[in-house]
Amino acid sequence: MPRDMRQYLRPGITSTPFCPGCGHGILMGLILRAIHQLELNMDEMLFVSGIGCAAWIPSPHFNADTLHILHGRAIPAATGAKLFNPKLRVMVISGDGDLADIGGNHLIHAARRNIDLTVICASNMVYSMTGGQASSTTSVGAFTQTTTQGNPYQPLDLCRLVIAAGAKYAARYSVTQPLALITAIKKALHINGFCFIEVLSPCPTQFGRHNQLNTPVDMIKNLMEKCITKNRANKSSSEELKGKIITGEFTNGAS
Amino acid sequence: MVQHYLSGNEAIVEGAIRAGCRYYAGYPITPSTEIMERISVRFSEIGGVFIQMEDEIAAICSVIGASWAGAKALTATSGPGFSLMQEGIGYAAMTETPIVVVDVQRAGPSTGQATRVASGDVMQAKWGSSGDYQVIAVCPWSVQEAYEQTINAFNLAEKYRVPVILLTEEAIGHLRERMDVVNDIEIFNHKKKRSTDLFGTEERDVCPPMPTFGEGEKVLVTGSTHDGYGFRRTDDPIVQDQLVSRLNEKIINNSEKIIDYDNYYLEDAKVVIISYGFTARSSLFAVEALRAEGEKIGMLRLKTLWPFPDSLKKHIGANANVLFVPEMNKGQVAGEIRKYVSCQVVTFTQTNGEVIYPDIIIEQLRRYL
Repeated sequence: MPRDMRQYLRPGITSTPFCPGCGHGILMGLILRAIHQLELNMDEMLFVSGIGCAAWIPSPHFNADTLHILHGRAIPAATGAKLFNPKLRVMVISGDGDLADIGGNHLIHAARRNIDLTVICASNMVYSMTGGQASSTTSVGAFTQTTTQGNPYQPLDLCRLVIAAGAKYAARYSVTQPLALITAIKKALHINGFCFIEVLSPCPTQFGRHNQLNTPVDMIKNLMEKCITKNRANKSSSEELKGKIITGEFTNGAS
Repeated sequence: MVQHYLSGNEAIVEGAIRAGCRYYAGYPITPSTEIMERISVRFSEIGGVFIQMEDEIAAICSVIGASWAGAKALTATSGPGFSLMQEGIGYAAMTETPIVVVDVQRAGPSTGQATRVASGDVMQAKWGSSGDYQVIAVCPWSVQEAYEQTINAFNLAEKYRVPVILLTEEAIGHLRERMDVVNDIEIFNHKKKRSTDLFGTEERDVCPPMPTFGEGEKVLVTGSTHDGYGFRRTDDPIVQDQLVSRLNEKIINNSEKIIDYDNYYLEDAKVVIISYGFTARSSLFAVEALRAEGEKIGMLRLKTLWPFPDSLKKHIGANANVLFVPEMNKGQVAGEIRKYVSCQVVTFTQTNGEVIYPDIIIEQLRRYL
């Protein structure tokens, strides 16, 4: 991390707590770069996270107010703080299990109410901290500790979900698309209303090694192959889209 | 002094506003819903933040978020909703977040009888969340006291940085009676000293000051085991032990200041009724009826249920040889009392969704007079 970014890290923080090859450290850097580029004042920012690996992105690392709350409840806690003090710029950073599984109802209702939050879902498509169980974003057929015969269930399309519920802005990118992600985070921070970004983040420890992706490099390559932009997807047949993850912005709240 | 004619639920709202509460999040549930309805209107008049959340879990978590953003924050619910809030109450205890939770108790377990009365959540209020922690629970017996105890609940929450539960009952919530509002009521606000040591020191019964989000304090709040600065220390036995001990001792060591009783005819009483909440109204009626017959009977009314008033032995007088505990549950408080006294403790329990009438108490008491 460049030296001038150190101001965004809590004094004493020298490294991330994440496994080698984890995408969350990359995401951490991208969020801070977006904040840096927007020249936001960290004293006016509040970062709220739930439970899981992704919840450790802001807590304790970011040099701002951080609220590390119960599993699944980051959005309600963020809602309370934001409504009582609207001057706070509130960002929720948590994982797919936290935001979409146990906290899914809160995600829907915060989008419906159009609460002015920036919600970043670091999705590694698995419960990592508890040892690699299937989440609601695990793809069909994937092997996890609780789907040893392959996951039989459809994953949730979180962007479509929040848009249907009323989100002002939704985007999906992988950590392999850093520039697009920084732009999306900046946009989400800028837009007044409920903004949601799903960030695909590789988990070599709990996901990759059970799915024939033996090294972090394999996982990154796999993400790059799977991710296809919205424009390309529009020109592709449904056969070509099989197993692909469509990335891009899904609603434009720039108005 | 201004006189009002209100229900208990309405009085709770007025008490909260008087205490400085300006944030409410809730979810509809009988028999507490009037609190949410009235506060939504009152906040629109006086400028508070009201939100109806998608469930009770969201309600309590948003109250916690608002509290750290500087609000005196309230939520209200009943039995099943109170169960859903328990994890949040544990979080508030662990992070020393001042919040007030109203539980207007109804007949349980589970959905039970939504419109009928009970006092079945006394133990849930203390033991509902995981691990060893303390809460404060206060218990009003009138509309007047619903108002006063709500203010007291906010003061205690602020003083000790702890979740405070106003443990009331359907019968108080829906009771309408006169309520007087006096002018000079003490309102306590927590210390907001700028400090880096937000979660206590080695001094175990000291409540640390609490900063507010958005003021440049870089506050670090977590429900995981944390040191005095808020850093997670999830594998340090010393930090774990110090934190849990302090969370308990800051309440237990101050219990003399927290616990409140009312005494009735205890000087020469041989039989003492120990009563709380709505039931204490019937108990006092019974005591006065039997006193008129010359019986040496008195009543100790518990205004605080948690921390448990373990010093009650000092108050029941030297002559007491029978303690009679009528309850709208299966003897939850009587069981606690037995831990602290050596004389006979007689229970009368009623879980039929109705209040205990005075004549039932009189009839039961005659066996011991």
